[in-house]
Amino acid sequence: MEIKKTSLNKLHQDHKAKFVEFAGYEMPIQYNTGIIEEHKFTRSNSGIFDVSHMGQLFIYGDDNLTNDLEKIFPLDLKNLKLNSSKYSFLMNDKAGVYDDLIITKLEEGFLIILNAACKHNDFKILSSLLKDKYKMILDDQRSLIAIQGPKSVEILNKILKSVANLNFMSGNWFTYRDQKLYVTRSGYTGEDGFEISISNELAEGFTKELLDNGAKLIGLGARDTLRLEAGLCLYGHELSTETTPIEANLKWAISKERLSNGGFIGSDNVINQIKDGAKKIRVGIKPEGRLIAREKTKIYNSNEQKIGEVTSGTYGPSVNGPIAMGFVDQEFSKKETKILLEVRGKKYPANICGLPFYKKSYVKGAN
Amino acid sequence: MSEVKYSKEHEWIKVEGDVGTIGITQHATEMLGDIVFVELPDVGSSVEKDGNAGVVESTKAASDVYTPISGEVMENNQSIVDDPGKINSDPENEAWFFKLKIKDSSELDSLMNKEEYDKFAKESGN
Repeated sequence: MEIKKTSLNKLHQDHKAKFVEFAGYEMPIQYNTGIIEEHKFTRSNSGIFDVSHMGQLFIYGDDNLTNDLEKIFPLDLKNLKLNSSKYSFLMNDKAGVYDDLIITKLEEGFLIILNAACKHNDFKILSSLLKDKYKMILDDQRSLIAIQGPKSVEILNKILKSVANLNFMSGNWFTYRDQKLYVTRSGYTGEDGFEISISNELAEGFTKELLDNGAKLIGLGARDTLRLEAGLCLYGHELSTETTPIEANLKWAISKERLSNGGFIGSDNVINQIKDGAKKIRVGIKPEGRLIAREKTKIYNSNEQKIGEVTSGTYGPSVNGPIAMGFVDQEFSKKETKILLEVRGKKYPANICGLPFYKKSYVKGAN
Repeated sequence: MSEVKYSKEHEWIKVEGDVGTIGITQHATEMLGDIVFVELPDVGSSVEKDGNAGVVESTKAASDVYTPISGEVMENNQSIVDDPGKINSDPENEAWFFKLKIKDSSELDSLMNKEEYDKFAKESGN
């Protein structure tokens, strides 16, 4: 299958991107300054991320659609305000996760942002669950650009007036060169920022304006170190069909209103796990010293019995040390529990710790 | 007089008498990206030509370090263990990895000189 390119591919090349294939797309892993500089620039200034490979699914419908989506997602969608966003999951009957996603209420229906590697499968599952009753468009005519970091609001507000008034996890339509953009105040870095859904033809020009105003392009490498420092899950690592949201310590994302009655896909297992406790649970892990424990590193207790596995591990540039997340048996999940990590045949000490590794600085908005 | 030779695994070795100083090349660091962790062979240990002699890790992945020449490790560079970023900033000088007592200097014949290595690195692209 031919590798796909986003509308910003040429711009990435012009900025000396190193490319990798990700979910069938040629994506920039880093630019010439490297992951650490890009990471720190995002935390201190403003980074631009091309996330056009992600799925933008528009589903059109009225209250019937809202009712039908409540049979799928563990959300109180009836009370979701216009232009408000929620983090959620598409689950199977056993509450295993097909994908994690952001759903936003629009006037004509909902916009769901999906992971690149999952989007076509999600589309099939949702079409089938909704019995083709509603118009669904997985829109590949639109790009998705994130701008993240403390200076992002000032930079974006120069191009899109009053974008600074958006609250965290809410969105709105803005006009740019006579076309409509949908902007949400959200992101995946632990910083204040925005995600902009824009037509492919305008994406490059728009991004150049962000660059002219002082933002810099940031690759997927730094996107990963940023999200890991922020303690955020990555599908295929912390989340899969073998893991439930409760095991992934994401109970907060499930609406309280829905836990009493259930009625969403996977609700039985979710409710049981909340009641009885999940056997394994996602935790933060801080290795002692500088050792990096990558994905699939085995975790042992102090008696050298295996208690779990690392799902993501790297060096955190802002915490200046190694960080990891993984799943361990519930009884070993308390903060400051001493554990051992097996790396290259030797066991090294580490501690269970709280998340995030790096304190978030989300902004509520101007009002 | 010293000479510097290069391996296909992107290590350099500077030879002074029967002592070799070994590190990774600038080209290697450019491929690896930001280096954030390094593990070096223990002083007193023996390493075999083309065998494992440590690990470097970038933000992205871990890579083995190989020794271009057999010998006994005499010294390792703790300053790069404490500050792995030095490997990116000065890989072919200050950020040497270890020194060894060369066991068989004829092993040097299989290595490339600077000109050959530059050509190799450019052509292999990896």
